[in-house]
Amino acid sequence: METVEQLRDRLLARFPSAAVAAVTNPGAAAEHSLLLGAAQAREIAEFLRDDPVLRLDYCSNVTGIDWPEKEITDTVKSTVPDPAGGPSKVVETKTVRVEPGYLEAVYFLYSMALKHGPVIVRLRTANRTDAVTLPSLTPVWRSCDFQEREIFDLFGIVFSGHPDLRRLLLWDEFVDHPMRKDYVEPDDYEWEPTAHDEVLVRAKAHQAAVAAAAAAAPVPVVNPTSSAS
Amino acid sequence: MNPSGNSCGSFPAASPFAPVAGPIVRSVTDPFHGDLLEVSMGPQHPSTHGVFRMVATLDGEQIVKLKPVFGYLHRNHEKIAENTSYLASMPYTDRLDYLCSLSTNWAYAFAAEKLLGQPVPDRAQYLRIILAEMTRLVNHSCLVGFLFNDLGTSFTPLLYAFREREKIIDLFESLTGSRMMCNYQRFGGCRVDPTPEWLEAARKLVENFPRFLDEYERMLTGNEIMLARTQGIGRVNAAQAINAGLTGPVLRASGVDYDLRKVDAYGFYGRMDFRVPLGDHGDTYDRYMIRILEMRESVKILAQAFRDLPAGPIMDPKAKQRGHRPKAGEAYGRIEGPKGEIGFHLISDGSPNPYRYRVRPPSLINLTLLEDMCLGHTLADSVVILGSIDIVLGEVDR
Amino acid sequence: MEMNASDIKHTPFPAAGTMTDAEREELRRHGILLTSLEELYNWGRSNSIWPIQFGLACCAIEMIAAATARFDIARFGAEIFRPSPRQADLMIVSGTVTKKMAPLVVRLWNQMPEPKYCIAMGACAISGGPFKQGYNVLKGIDRFLPVDIYIPGCPPRPEALLNGLIQLQEKIKGEKLTGPNAARHVRSDVNNEHPIPEYGAHDLVPSKNTALWSPPASPTT
Repeated sequence: METVEQLRDRLLARFPSAAVAAVTNPGAAAEHSLLLGAAQAREIAEFLRDDPVLRLDYCSNVTGIDWPEKEITDTVKSTVPDPAGGPSKVVETKTVRVEPGYLEAVYFLYSMALKHGPVIVRLRTANRTDAVTLPSLTPVWRSCDFQEREIFDLFGIVFSGHPDLRRLLLWDEFVDHPMRKDYVEPDDYEWEPTAHDEVLVRAKAHQAAVAAAAAAAPVPVVNPTSSAS
Repeated sequence: MNPSGNSCGSFPAASPFAPVAGPIVRSVTDPFHGDLLEVSMGPQHPSTHGVFRMVATLDGEQIVKLKPVFGYLHRNHEKIAENTSYLASMPYTDRLDYLCSLSTNWAYAFAAEKLLGQPVPDRAQYLRIILAEMTRLVNHSCLVGFLFNDLGTSFTPLLYAFREREKIIDLFESLTGSRMMCNYQRFGGCRVDPTPEWLEAARKLVENFPRFLDEYERMLTGNEIMLARTQGIGRVNAAQAINAGLTGPVLRASGVDYDLRKVDAYGFYGRMDFRVPLGDHGDTYDRYMIRILEMRESVKILAQAFRDLPAGPIMDPKAKQRGHRPKAGEAYGRIEGPKGEIGFHLISDGSPNPYRYRVRPPSLINLTLLEDMCLGHTLADSVVILGSIDIVLGEVDR
Repeated sequence: MEMNASDIKHTPFPAAGTMTDAEREELRRHGILLTSLEELYNWGRSNSIWPIQFGLACCAIEMIAAATARFDIARFGAEIFRPSPRQADLMIVSGTVTKKMAPLVVRLWNQMPEPKYCIAMGACAISGGPFKQGYNVLKGIDRFLPVDIYIPGCPPRPEALLNGLIQLQEKIKGEKLTGPNAARHVRSDVNNEHPIPEYGAHDLVPSKNTALWSPPASPTT
């Protein structure tokens, strides 16, 4: 099978206006992937499915990933000559920039006909708040149907062109996207007879919050723990 | 609010004199045949295999629309796994597909080993094959029992299936300490080494297993009701099945030769001599038959694995026991579980917890075509079709 | 000899509580079996508990195993799993109750006729178990239902379920039909219907039934 770079070049030759980039996987698995621009993702997906050399007729897995905003500190070292004529100094200038966050959908494509794969395709949204639309690949591979619904449910990526985009796992009235990294789960850690350290930490946080609320409240509460509901 | 869960799309309130909109509706205009009935089956229903729910729209007894509703067992496995170490997710994988914990363990260990670049010693590879194939025997025999329950046999075949299951999970228990939640695989090997007595007992059990299969088949395979209720029911053709990502026995019943044990030859499956049974029609009967035939192939694999099991360590001596910190990167590992391709997509950012942990659930994706399989059949058949797909809710909803 | 009905002298039957167990045992040895209506009624009920056929998760498999030939729950008269809550006496909450499932579990409980009992089978049903940290997992079904028997384990072995069932039988046998400690189903002052929580924007509303459950005092503070 072609390498990701070869495939990228072939796709760029076929779709000159498309955005296609190779993403290297630094891990031990070394399965590199292709980053597709959202605009032509559907056409490229159809090409990948129908191309006689690739015939990626089977989309195995769709993973949603949340990449929140990251603060990155760039350190630039520059040599400043000493005006007094002494040895030049090395000055470090630190700039903090915020790398914008985005949501990502990763598709694992295989060929059942030719028994090769995977070709990993990634689509990224512009940000995590308002521009969260990606083209749905369900019309190309039906196996994406439930998986894209799940990503819509848990991550909040809106797949345009999906035939039936509803929440898959949580109820319709739910508003959050719980698999996002900044999701805050409901506080129901009133009482935790448990060996999980992390649960005990949360239970303590709950008790502290309730105690603080009770202290701040003008009217004394009879049963402070049950008033949290 | 809608107390019964997700709405399944509003159904048009049609005038009795107008033709009703919908996928397959008889073009009748008389008031007696125009009404469609919406039936919600589950989540508490004896034959939805747990808390699965499907909302069927019926024209008479015929299904014209069917929407599955998920999430009643959504236990947030992926979120919990992102907040815990790599190894600590291993017991949770037991509870994904709670009939086949040992296969799922392997799938997770396989993906994590890929991420860590961790080799596995030979003996552990053979032990993994032995336990995964025994799990396949448990799963498929229970599945057939449940399938017949759905056909209305009221428990009897299930009693036979559970008799065999008990024998096998007694072995699992004596090896791993737990009947169902085995938590056996580790990154770079297995947790405990079976004693020679255990191996002998397992070998004998597997040797006798075809007798149970013969008994089972004598009772069930040629049964007239069984044939009438399953042949030609819920057909899926190969192109549909591939496009919808069906895997495992459900895919192979449609005649697609795609078994990861052959295609990827992961572990030491490349050394095993076995055949991949394929169906012709892709109907419920073929899906049943594929399971029976796969069990016979599993017995063959097991016999070879017991014969060739080498001595040696069960754990790579250089492997870390805990505190795994794979370097940044990602890996997707997949194996052929009893229900289909069970895969784990792990993304590491170099910290002790996975940045993203994703399970590719075969049961969920195999349900993609449930509606297509059921359209035009009766409501009673939908239960059998669902049974033949073989789902476990722990994995569907995770 | 002819006898008029008015000739029969009615001796008042001793109330069940006035005779000691030792005295009754003494009578039993002489072939006189004494019982009370309460005892007979409870004996009958405790030996024909029909559970609702209602599997939630992993524990349901062990529940099925308990019903099969090896463990044979029929020995205790509880083999008739009813698919309809209207015919069931016992709800075995066998597995993780998610927040999406909880309203339906409460609804099923409300649909069951009294007398009814609830077994929380497995760590998840008791407290959320290993999935306690999940955002969609209810941290114990006792936040919404009155639980009679808790069976720990993940999953509990079928023997443990049988033991839980025997414990429930003991509990039923000890129930009073009259007096201030009378069982729930013979009292008119107890509300047997529990409010069904609704799906909210972030959580169930309410997230627990405060009439049934309030957090016990933390043992550490």
